[in-house]
Amino acid sequence: MSKIKERQEEIVDEFSMFEDWMQRYEYMIELGKTLPSLDEQHKKEENIIKGCQSRVWLHADLEEDKIKFSADSDAIITKGIIAILIRVFSNQSPKDILEADVNFIDEIGLKEHLSPTRANGLVSMIKQLKNYALAYQAKLS
Amino acid sequence: MVEAKLNIDKIRKDFPILNRKVNGRPLVYFDNAATSQTPKQVIDCIVDYYGNYNANIHRGVHSLSQEATDAYEQARLKIKKHFNAQHSHEIIFTSGTTHSINLVANSYGSLLAEGDEVMVSALEHHSNIVPWQMLCERKGLKMKVIPMLENGKLDLHYVHENLTTKTKMVFVNHVSNALGTINPIEEIISAAHKVNAKVLIDGAQAAPHIQADVQALDVDFYTVSAHKICGPTGVGILYGKEELLKQMPPYQGGGEMIAEVSFVKTTYAGLPHKFEAGTPNIAGGIAFGAALDYMHEIGFDAIEAYEQELLEYATQRIKEIEGVIIYGPEPKEKTAVLSFNIEGLHAYDLGTILDQMGIAVRTGHHCAQPIMEYYKIPGTARASFSFYNTKQEIDIFIDALKKAVSMLS
Repeated sequence: MSKIKERQEEIVDEFSMFEDWMQRYEYMIELGKTLPSLDEQHKKEENIIKGCQSRVWLHADLEEDKIKFSADSDAIITKGIIAILIRVFSNQSPKDILEADVNFIDEIGLKEHLSPTRANGLVSMIKQLKNYALAYQAKLS
Repeated sequence: MVEAKLNIDKIRKDFPILNRKVNGRPLVYFDNAATSQTPKQVIDCIVDYYGNYNANIHRGVHSLSQEATDAYEQARLKIKKHFNAQHSHEIIFTSGTTHSINLVANSYGSLLAEGDEVMVSALEHHSNIVPWQMLCERKGLKMKVIPMLENGKLDLHYVHENLTTKTKMVFVNHVSNALGTINPIEEIISAAHKVNAKVLIDGAQAAPHIQADVQALDVDFYTVSAHKICGPTGVGILYGKEELLKQMPPYQGGGEMIAEVSFVKTTYAGLPHKFEAGTPNIAGGIAFGAALDYMHEIGFDAIEAYEQELLEYATQRIKEIEGVIIYGPEPKEKTAVLSFNIEGLHAYDLGTILDQMGIAVRTGHHCAQPIMEYYKIPGTARASFSFYNTKQEIDIFIDALKKAVSMLS
């Protein structure tokens, strides 16, 4: 099993332990609070993900052959969602990121539970993660 | 006591949606400024139309068409009376305020010429900005903007100092959707008329709270959406003074708006049909009339007074929360809208947690980005009240807000 798949399953398990969505939101808020802030220098216009109601910045560095993602948002729940995505996709190879499916988001029911604008934002975030992977893969080959 | 005048328990029974649960909690609907809920009298009216006399209007020889036409024209008459228009043909059915404004910007706008000026307020909804910007680009017009002051009111000095004989149109909302500010439209209309400028008032937010008298206001155009005033979505009106509507060319072509069509020349129908191309939202128009009947049965004065009471109560209670910032003027100078932020928290997070507790508020820029730009904020949370809301619901909202704040900080 790939590392990504493994982490996705962990998250699905964690989410299934909660009784209701209020608790899941509390968990996401905690994740958001513990996610390190993004360096101010990376909070620039070209790192902003379009399609989010709150502002989201996503930055990626290539360290050896792995991509390290860092991100931030001015909304804490959004930051929690980002923290989940970073946990899954950061420190992975571009190839693994590109090949990974994102069914875990449906499995935890996150997408259908988010407001339409937030769900769109989530789709944009994943797209942007994959775009970085694509760009770095091209660079590596 | 005004509250005693309104039988809220009885009123609430008229709104089936108020019985539903959201995320396992009873719905507390505080997004009335986005759309109001629909009483069963209005829902029944729509069902009755489709169940009993659905037919195309103004053209059929048969009985159903006649019944539908009568009901539709009856609704126009009710709307005319409600806004005290001089003639019922001054009431043009549209799909809503946005459509009404686009109609005026395109049709009346076509009579303007390069070098003319128009004046807009900084408090507008994007619907009352963008159609005019498009017109300005097309025709080479200059747009002046009435600035907003820190308290969410308009700078009237600007209006008096900047209206000139070049100003041809002024467009301002009666009530701001983002802040609830009631604008001094009487003063703006009379100042604009002194330089012969025409005035369009966007009444979308005012209509559910204030009964506007278009003749007393001497306003040139007034726009309303039915769905803000207990009616259905997708229907609204443009009021326009007869003399202006007569001068204006048709906006859209099609059926209904013509007198005779040939490939050499088409002649247009008279008012109001000249501006009502195509089969309209017939059920919607009739139901709009039913919504006004419903509102009048309760009484606009009682509604206004009760909503004011709700707003004052909510304003007082929300101040219990540390770090709350309320935008816009004092309760007495606005409709029942509470636009706020909590220091250090994002409105979007607040809205999400409130939704988990069954409470519907709006968050974001409310399609009024210039206002947010003024305050240098990405948006606000907005709780907007209607006459079917209660103080108990405000208590639930405040408790939920306190919980959200403790979760998020």
